[in-house]
Amino acid sequence: MRGPVWDWEFVIEILPRMLEGLQTTIVATVIAFGVAAVVGLLMALGRRSENRWISLPTTLVVEFIRMTPLLVQLFFFFFVLPRYGLRLPALLVGVIALGLHYGTYNSEVYRAGIDAITKGQWEAATALNFSSFNTWRRIILPQAIPPMYPALGNYLVAMFKESAQLYAISVVELTTTALTIGTETFRYLEPITMAGALYLLVSYPSSLLVQRLEARYARRG
Amino acid sequence: MLVEANQEPIVRFEKVTKAFGDLVVLDELDLEVAPNENVTIIGPSGSGKTTILRVLMTLEEPDDGYIFVDGEPLYHMEKNGQLVKASQKHLRQIRQNIGMVFQHFNLFPHMTAMRNVTEAPIHVLGVPKEEARARAEALLAQVGLQDKHDHYPSQLSGGQKQRVAIARALAMRPKVMLFDEVTSALDPELVGEVLAVIRELAEEGEMAMLIVTHEMGFAKEVSDRVIFFNKGRVAEQGPPKQLFENPQNPRTKSFLGATLRH
Repeated sequence: MRGPVWDWEFVIEILPRMLEGLQTTIVATVIAFGVAAVVGLLMALGRRSENRWISLPTTLVVEFIRMTPLLVQLFFFFFVLPRYGLRLPALLVGVIALGLHYGTYNSEVYRAGIDAITKGQWEAATALNFSSFNTWRRIILPQAIPPMYPALGNYLVAMFKESAQLYAISVVELTTTALTIGTETFRYLEPITMAGALYLLVSYPSSLLVQRLEARYARRG
Repeated sequence: MLVEANQEPIVRFEKVTKAFGDLVVLDELDLEVAPNENVTIIGPSGSGKTTILRVLMTLEEPDDGYIFVDGEPLYHMEKNGQLVKASQKHLRQIRQNIGMVFQHFNLFPHMTAMRNVTEAPIHVLGVPKEEARARAEALLAQVGLQDKHDHYPSQLSGGQKQRVAIARALAMRPKVMLFDEVTSALDPELVGEVLAVIRELAEEGEMAMLIVTHEMGFAKEVSDRVIFFNKGRVAEQGPPKQLFENPQNPRTKSFLGATLRH
């Protein structure tokens, strides 16, 4: 039986497993962010559509996801969907739920960014006869997206921390790993502390980076 | 030159109506512009003269009437012998003939002057890159900006921005060019350099130009025909000499009187 004080040997012993958990956390965050980036853009474009049959349902779905807890969404995908024959691996469920949830936040960022582009840019694109696709691709999005980087970066950091909720559906990420080690060894002090430290080790430098982005785009504006 | 009887106009408005709420800005407007004709539209603010350009550029859709460009309907297309609402494809095809320069330049701020001019030829017309660049170089030289290729719009003065915008519109080789109060947003000392470029284009006479302006001296100088536009209608039109020196309509007289006094 190990004592209650901090045990460095134990720390060294569980470090590889903890790092594996951290790796899963990072992988899940990065993939989910990719999902959120694409889904958010589709949601933002869908809400802007002149076709009510597209804009109205998109708005409903976005608001619904945005206004309900991520945890409930995780449970829904993990426990309810299999009853209808859709059984997905826990990590995939986690990435989809996290991506959808943050996709709705991102869509608001995109929406604000796109609205900030002046009418004159759209009119110049029409006058030069750009197709709708090329107007978005070459004129609107290249101007709208860079100023969004700070807001998107903040959500990326938030997502990284929120991914701890994947514990609820047993994805073996950092938090789950720490708790599992605790249950197995009856020692929680080191694994939980280490989990906190590892989260901090990634999120703090990341948030500094976001601050630098903010400063950079504030100067430009 | 005025429209000759047997010449197909490059632009023809037929009873075009456009209202914003209760305000009728185009009131069953009939208008014809001949190929290579330079037409200047003057008139009080809010008379709808800018709207003429905007409906022609498809930035505002008319409520009623027909517009023909080079004989083809703009907002309509023929289907089984009937005119129906134009598809997006048809609209783009006809729009190809028209170019526009805006009051507030509307340059693409994320592109250099060079790319502002080459972007549409490359990605809309499919012109090979090298050819588009060569042509853009010639156009930028034509507007006196051969040394500003790599400058972004934020690094240019208002007059320089507007000259890039003119080069950008010319790069699409339109048959009709629209100038919408292109000097109104400029500092007075920069107006001359932009007008000089347009004057040169007017002299070349390789396309029709529809110019909305408050610069009466300029209008008198470059136009084949001047239109005095008032309350959504052509109140009076004619060669510049006649319209400026011997206006018939009392509204034209009082407008010109008020403008000259300023």
